[in-house]
Amino acid sequence: MGEGTGDSTGEMLRRVGGDTPLLEVRHVTKRFGSFTANDSVSLKIMPGEIHALLGENGAGKSTLVKIIYGSLQPNSGGVFWKGRPVTVSSPAEARALGVGMVFQHFSLFEAMTVAENIALALPNCRATGELSDTIARVSANYGLPLDPNAHIADLSVGERQRVEIVRCLLQNPELIIMDEPTSVLTPQEADQLFVTLRRLAAEGCAILYISHRLEEVRALCHHATIMRRAKVVAETDPARETVNTLAQLMVGNQITRVVRERGKLGPEAILLKGLTQVSQEAFGVSLKDIDLSVRAGEIVAIAGIAGNGQKELFDALSGEEPLEKEDMVIFAGEAAGLMDINERRLLGAAFVPEERLGHGAVPALKLSENVVLTRHGTGEGIARRGFTRFGKAGRIVETVTSLFDVRKGVLDPEARSLSGGNLQKFVVGREVERTPKILFVAQPTWGVDAGAAAVIRQSLIDLSRKGAAILVISQDLDEIFEIADRIAVISRGHLSKAEDADTLTPEKVGLLMAGGAEKKGAAAA
Amino acid sequence: MLEAIILTIITAATPLLLAATGELVVEKSGVLNLGVEGMMVMGAVAGFAVTISTGSPLLGIVGGAIAGMLVSLIFAFVTLTLVANQVASGLALTLFGLGLSGLMGESFVGQPGIKLQSLHVPGLIDLPFVGKILFGQDLLVYLSFAAVFGVSWFLNRTRAGLILRAVGDNHTSAHALGYSVVGVRYLAVIFGGAMAGLGGAYLSVAYTPLWVENMTAGRGWIALALVVFASWIPWRAAIGAYLFGAVTVLQLHTQALGIGFPSQFLAMLPYLATVIVLVAISGNRRATLFNTPSSLGKSFVPDR
Repeated sequence: MGEGTGDSTGEMLRRVGGDTPLLEVRHVTKRFGSFTANDSVSLKIMPGEIHALLGENGAGKSTLVKIIYGSLQPNSGGVFWKGRPVTVSSPAEARALGVGMVFQHFSLFEAMTVAENIALALPNCRATGELSDTIARVSANYGLPLDPNAHIADLSVGERQRVEIVRCLLQNPELIIMDEPTSVLTPQEADQLFVTLRRLAAEGCAILYISHRLEEVRALCHHATIMRRAKVVAETDPARETVNTLAQLMVGNQITRVVRERGKLGPEAILLKGLTQVSQEAFGVSLKDIDLSVRAGEIVAIAGIAGNGQKELFDALSGEEPLEKEDMVIFAGEAAGLMDINERRLLGAAFVPEERLGHGAVPALKLSENVVLTRHGTGEGIARRGFTRFGKAGRIVETVTSLFDVRKGVLDPEARSLSGGNLQKFVVGREVERTPKILFVAQPTWGVDAGAAAVIRQSLIDLSRKGAAILVISQDLDEIFEIADRIAVISRGHLSKAEDADTLTPEKVGLLMAGGAEKKGAAAA
Repeated sequence: MLEAIILTIITAATPLLLAATGELVVEKSGVLNLGVEGMMVMGAVAGFAVTISTGSPLLGIVGGAIAGMLVSLIFAFVTLTLVANQVASGLALTLFGLGLSGLMGESFVGQPGIKLQSLHVPGLIDLPFVGKILFGQDLLVYLSFAAVFGVSWFLNRTRAGLILRAVGDNHTSAHALGYSVVGVRYLAVIFGGAMAGLGGAYLSVAYTPLWVENMTAGRGWIALALVVFASWIPWRAAIGAYLFGAVTVLQLHTQALGIGFPSQFLAMLPYLATVIVLVAISGNRRATLFNTPSSLGKSFVPDR
């Protein structure tokens, strides 16, 4: 791939032509204990096809992909490669067959260079000058420019994904598995990725594309397999479906669409004045003179590519990172800049951090204990005179569970036993149930399926219409346009002016995300 | 006088350097083995025992390395296969090694050993001043330097070294790419055991050819501190070992010369230096991030 095109044309045609599926999965079943993750799942991918794999969280997509990539072995059923039965017992064997994978998370080595990372994925390869040249050539050729000698820790999320893709391409794959590739990209970066993917498909490489974004699946994919509760429930040509019919196939019933009507605006509840914070972290982003006001009854969303100061802003708002001056952050008229997180909670504020396991909830603690952790000091009497009233916490768990449809096995399970989507519903629900006057939410529906996302988004809107001021930090533009009344963009620690959502388009916001916000911010500073 | 001091510094530094180089590789793979002291002392007793029963110090050194490997295998099995806590297991390994070596060495106490002969490069050894320092050392001194260069080359230039660093940086990713995290760590821990065993054997076969209980006297802990001091870079470990070795020797000389300087103060210097270095390197987080194995001390359980 990426070599001279002259002699590879013949091979390309051979790969594109023919009726034999490149990969076929027949009646694969995988059980974990009593839980069935894949129940007689079948899937066919033709050469040169962009094949979407759709389904809610926990529908069994990841399990199926792990079986194809050799990380898991099925209990029964078989995998066929170009018509021949194969046993893929390890990722290395999958790669040898011609299956490459672009992971959603956790697959690059931060302390190493691009070249070293790529060398690790290629058989018997060392990070030499020759490899660096190949990386530079192939990456430029596919419109994914990369510096082979850069350290991963210094790269943006989009650039890291390029590393993953180039790493995959250098293995000369015939099938590339992509897990949620656009969840971290700007619309412009995503468009660039689609150009690359279409070109790969035209060259005969098949792509198995996993995404929650139905709009892009419709635009990009030739074929879709839809899973629900461990089974394949439908196969379809996504171009012939609408986003709504696809979503229905995934969830199995009509998704309630999020309804947003103009709320009645109250007084200013959140006010940031010249919020400036120099980051102490090695790869942190400093916040630069951020001004923002959010009134009661409205939702303001902050868009931006990951790593542009969202984490630092959230920490400054929640009080995890103390500020220089107390009037940089004002909640309901009170200067809160020097307060700790509980003092801020007493002012009526609530916080949902981005990382749900480990930050939003303690994995090894029960849900009721996790309720105590964020609500012990909110004046609700959950903790009094040094004693904890777990009965009360337990009742809150029950309320949240029924309001947000949190699916759990036992009455009060450990946080880590919940699936990602269910835990997210719990973490958001725990704060929303308190009906706070001020709510900060980071990535409210990150990695959550369409049904659960709709529930969470609707709850945020309802809370704001009851008179709460809500600030949402999100990378998901669809979500932002669905729920936000006003939108601001964060870029390298600068925040653009929050503008009315109705006057903005995703393209405009995308341009701000790619640095437009910064110039404005810098000019204002 | 100066020549004599340098010669003693070399003998004081060599066991530290051997053990630290081994532990550096272990930690680069993401395993924190606090049992260096235990592995060293087992190497010392085994080295002594094999030497006097075979009459060959060379075989003794091999025996010491094998003893270190065997003890490290216990640690590897407990922490990698049974996924026990690495810190607790490492501390237990030290206590276990100190106890077992005392038991095994009981009959050797007071027996004279056989000293490992130094090399004699004819001609060159007669060079003024540098002759004895450069060309008149025993095998293990040269081996310790070869190990520093070897490990440095291995980690930075070979594919196996790249894989080892990858496992230490992010074991989840390494597993996802299809590398055997546990397998790589087993090999690293065993290598660390062999090196600690060599360091211990050096004490009882080359440094002072006899056996006394607890004869490592905290050198394993200094070796551990050295790895951090070196911020996981082999050549810095060599510099650190000689610095720490010099401090140890200085301590003896100040006492001999009757300088009214508390020897306890000098004895604590290596650790003080480590603390200072830790503070200094944490100031430069970027450098720390690139050299510190991110998975250090974390247990790995693959999902099935």
